[in-house]
Amino acid sequence: MSAPGARADGGALRTAQVVIVGAGPAGLSAALSAASLGAQVVLIDRESRPGGQLIKQTHMFFGSRAQYAGTRGIDIARILYDQVLGAAGVEFLLDATVLGRYSDSVVTVEQADRCLKLKPERLIIATGASEKVLPFPNNDLPGIYGAGAVQTLMNVHGVRPGRRVLMVGAGNIGLIVSYQLLQAGVDVVGIVEAAPTIGGYLVHAAKIRRSGVPILTSHTIKEAYGKAALEGAVVWRLDERWQPIPGTERDISADVVCVAVGLSPLAELLFQAGCEMRYVAELGGHVPVRDDDLQTTVPGIYVAGDCSGIEEASSAMVEGTLAGASAAASLALGGRQTAAVQERARRELYELRCGPAGQKTRDGLCRLAG
Amino acid sequence: MRITDHPILTFGHGRKVRFTFDGRELEGMEGEVIAAALHAAGVRVLSHSHSLHRPRGFYCAIGNCSSCLMLVDGEPNVRVCVEKLSAGMRVETQSGKGRLRMQADRETGKPS
Repeated sequence: MSAPGARADGGALRTAQVVIVGAGPAGLSAALSAASLGAQVVLIDRESRPGGQLIKQTHMFFGSRAQYAGTRGIDIARILYDQVLGAAGVEFLLDATVLGRYSDSVVTVEQADRCLKLKPERLIIATGASEKVLPFPNNDLPGIYGAGAVQTLMNVHGVRPGRRVLMVGAGNIGLIVSYQLLQAGVDVVGIVEAAPTIGGYLVHAAKIRRSGVPILTSHTIKEAYGKAALEGAVVWRLDERWQPIPGTERDISADVVCVAVGLSPLAELLFQAGCEMRYVAELGGHVPVRDDDLQTTVPGIYVAGDCSGIEEASSAMVEGTLAGASAAASLALGGRQTAAVQERARRELYELRCGPAGQKTRDGLCRLAG
Repeated sequence: MRITDHPILTFGHGRKVRFTFDGRELEGMEGEVIAAALHAAGVRVLSHSHSLHRPRGFYCAIGNCSSCLMLVDGEPNVRVCVEKLSAGMRVETQSGKGRLRMQADRETGKPS
């Protein structure tokens, strides 16, 4: 299918060397790497402020110093943005939503009620992730919010989500957002986690426990209740086969249930563009098949960050660097330096994933390749 | 509900502006998203499901999930979690799937 109405209201078709969709950690890093190797880049984001989900992450990052360990996410967003602004050859297209990519390589974009058409030589898709939901009765009541939404509301907009929050999920996001809620002056009444152990880093869990917030492992939410909005929830215990145990119900009064049960890749554009997709649970959902250069099965389309599989922002940045350099390599830009950037990024990805925390990603990538 | 004192963040809120929600006059900060202004004013029910009319609030806050579609200055299906507030805005609860202005004008024979 070719782009509809190629001569309609949007005016002329613009050519571009590299177009990147998404200016989060992956997209910003891809722009920086491609531009520093000599590519002309157009970086598109639907928000007016680049940084993706980094702009609400007030905690300091873990990992290696090369990926800003010890620096807060909000500061990493600014550092990356400043670096991209300082690099020659990157044009930002903000408040702009990519609508589709067509077989004639045309990318359609909506920006302030006008439709733009770009025809890039290479396309890097770095659209990130969306939050998973959890099925339980009344899970649609106002007051039941995704963990990312709670972070956006309080850390970007400066508004408390409520007064008493019940957190669902004790992975890193659940633990970190619980701590951030306490910092914002919100009461966290407890964290329930269906698994028998805490999934997130113990340093985060210890901080939460020291603050007096109970973490109930092997517990899940049975139902939520409330008239127009959430008033509370009933939780109950799970046995070793993850089955709820009747008689263990506990009623918890709360005006917010924060659902932190993980993310799935925001893969619509990859599907629409015709990239071969596979379902890999370890990577969070449907992810694109790609080669060592992060090129998908559609020649000229590369992928980086959470939309290629859920991981940390640190690996998203390195994947962005790799995808940007790979796009530059395929355009014969940057000379010998390009291969060196690719090689270093591959090594950094290997190092980021080689610890016990990287096991899931390693398993997922194995399944995707197999 | 606004955070005034935070150990890490400072919020550069814009100037105060007035807007209406279902005819009620409310105050928000210029340039913040509409959902944040409503939330700060204690409004949590933003929409209703189409067939069972169950109350809906926002869920993802980044424009992905369609749980917060409202009528803004007559325009239906506006994602208020990403649409920015401006002075005098008319924000209303939408009933049903909404009709585009263009469509409504055509039906009433108003020239577009």
